Amino acid sequence: MNEELKVPTMAELFAAGKEPEVLFWVGCAGSFDDRAKRITKALVKILHKARVSFAVLGTEESCTGDPAKRAGNEFLFQMQAVTNIEVMNAYGIKSIVTACPHCFNTIKNEYPGLGGNYQVMHHTQFINKLLEDGRITMEGGRYKGKKITFHDPCYLGRANNVYEAPRKIIEKLDAHLVEMKNCRKKGLCCGAGGAQMFKEPEKGDKDVNIERTEQALETKADIIAAGCPFCNTMMTDGIKNKEKEASVKVMDIAELIANANDL
Amino acid sequence: MQYLPNLIFLLILILGIGFFTRNVKKLSRNINLGRGDMPSDNKPQRWKNMARIALGQTKMVVRPIAGLLHVIVYLGFIIINIEVLEIIIDGVLGTHRVFAPLGTVYNILIASFEVLALLVILAVIIFWLRRNFIRIKRFIKPEMKGWPKMDANLILYIELVLMVLFLTMNAADYQLQLLDTPHYTKAGLFPVSQFMGSIFDGMSVSTITLIERVAWWMHIVGILAFLNYLYYSKHLHILLAFPNTYYGNLATPGQFANLEAVTKEVRLMMDPKADPYAVPAGDAPPPDKFGASDVMDLTKVQLLNAYTCTECGRCTSVCPANLTGKQLSPRKIMMDTRDRLEEVGRNMDKNKGEFVQDDHQLLNNFIQPEELWACTSCNACVEACPVSIDPLSIIISMRQYLVMEQSAAPSELNVMMGNIENNGAPWPFNQMDRLNWVDEA
Repeated sequence: MNEELKVPTMAELFAAGKEPEVLFWVGCAGSFDDRAKRITKALVKILHKARVSFAVLGTEESCTGDPAKRAGNEFLFQMQAVTNIEVMNAYGIKSIVTACPHCFNTIKNEYPGLGGNYQVMHHTQFINKLLEDGRITMEGGRYKGKKITFHDPCYLGRANNVYEAPRKIIEKLDAHLVEMKNCRKKGLCCGAGGAQMFKEPEKGDKDVNIERTEQALETKADIIAAGCPFCNTMMTDGIKNKEKEASVKVMDIAELIANANDL
Repeated sequence: MQYLPNLIFLLILILGIGFFTRNVKKLSRNINLGRGDMPSDNKPQRWKNMARIALGQTKMVVRPIAGLLHVIVYLGFIIINIEVLEIIIDGVLGTHRVFAPLGTVYNILIASFEVLALLVILAVIIFWLRRNFIRIKRFIKPEMKGWPKMDANLILYIELVLMVLFLTMNAADYQLQLLDTPHYTKAGLFPVSQFMGSIFDGMSVSTITLIERVAWWMHIVGILAFLNYLYYSKHLHILLAFPNTYYGNLATPGQFANLEAVTKEVRLMMDPKADPYAVPAGDAPPPDKFGASDVMDLTKVQLLNAYTCTECGRCTSVCPANLTGKQLSPRKIMMDTRDRLEEVGRNMDKNKGEFVQDDHQLLNNFIQPEELWACTSCNACVEACPVSIDPLSIIISMRQYLVMEQSAAPSELNVMMGNIENNGAPWPFNQMDRLNWVDEA
């Protein structure tokens, strides 16, 4: 990452007596997964472009506990939650943005009961707000006329009723938004939720991500837009399985915006 | 002797309602085997949900064909019940069409019952064709073999017969009115059954009267029998859809409840002043079991959910695991929960109301771990249910038991959880490397 793109940590800002506008919760995928790191960097570029003062927790961040909770390990989930909440409350965090719908859902809905109350936004909501407030503008026509389909992440859509923010962004790209057979409330899972990401699927006729990839390919879209690092992995694997990686790209909404603005 | 029919009617009525009440009590006893209390927060929202989802059928019409047909049968069921009230009063008092003095209103009522009855017959026939002839996928899944299939068809046959009896009764009544038969005062408008008049051509008044009486009696006895069939059938949803939508989850679907018992333990672990060697008080209750391996470990709402399920299979038809050939079917989760709860109920009936341990439980004997581990927790089943049933919550409760009581998670998940415990991430990366991405090109 080039030098101007500083990524301040909460500890640094705290030491300097400063408070950021928003905490960027990077998440495990965003921190460690090579593909997801590119999404993280795209979002950082957007935050800089919009002159948002932000910070990350860095080494003080730990898994939200989502995969543990969905796997049934409530103990581990609550241990993680309580630890994270202690860190965030100590810094007086009020507002959080994250590029992972699982982190988003857990912090937004399951942390309040354990003492963590924050205003939590998914990055598609945050970017959409930056666009609406004119803090970033859309330049260039890199995606003009391109067919883009949006895969609804379960934990953003059905779980939290966020369907419009990512679609509004795609429309602002001057792209042609095409919907899959199953979209919005009826969106089909990519197959990674409920801790499935970390295990082999049970015996069946097909993998869920292949089913979903077929639906995406039916739209004849040039780009499958995602809003979740895990969906991104699953759909990318599906495209590889169908040997379509030359003609169809899987991209996060943040990457689309960063690319469109030549960031 | 003159009052014999009235007495017989009263007796049948008392028996019918009495037996039904007995079963409702059993139902409530079984549901109360569940943990916790029924939710009592935010009542206005709960009433609104019940009005919108159960009374208003808003989630039924998401699938327009099945939805429309269902609305017809549902309206038929509700509205024709006004007629049942008249039939009961006539039966007890020996009157004929006691509401007749309502005049025009009465004519409109009877006319609309008739039109609805005809529409119900049509809808029921289409329903039957969808199940048995078109063989729509969700109706022929493995869990539908045997009794569930028979149950579904029986309900359709009973509804068909009841409607035919209702129209026959009206048709004969109308003929008797035309023939100025004493007791059959002229009342009602018969837009459908008047066209059935030719059946009675050449019949004597006494034969027509006999047909009218037989149809009348069979119709009301049939209704009472159907009422009592509900408890043994998936058809219970016609009653339980209302409480079930009332008690349905109000939180955003992504929010899974935090287990309070765990919170207590976690707080204790995080408290530096807590004494790790403290002996619990002698009279302290044993700690709650974590998660669910049997129906008694589930909540009352989850058990109500199970009884409410009418096996329509909308959940299963949208389940990503089921769509790709895995064992999991959310509908089967609900059916298994109900079947086990019924088994527990029968056990209690046999043992003077006390449950005597059997060698059965919900986990393994009904629901296999393989089904539970196939779930992606995507909430599609919850969204699809027209009566606010939450199969996902049962799946998670049972996973909690497998993981926290039995340490029986699939080994890859144990690796993932070990990583979170040790490194704060589901993969084996060091927490101290969490910011390395900043310096990577």
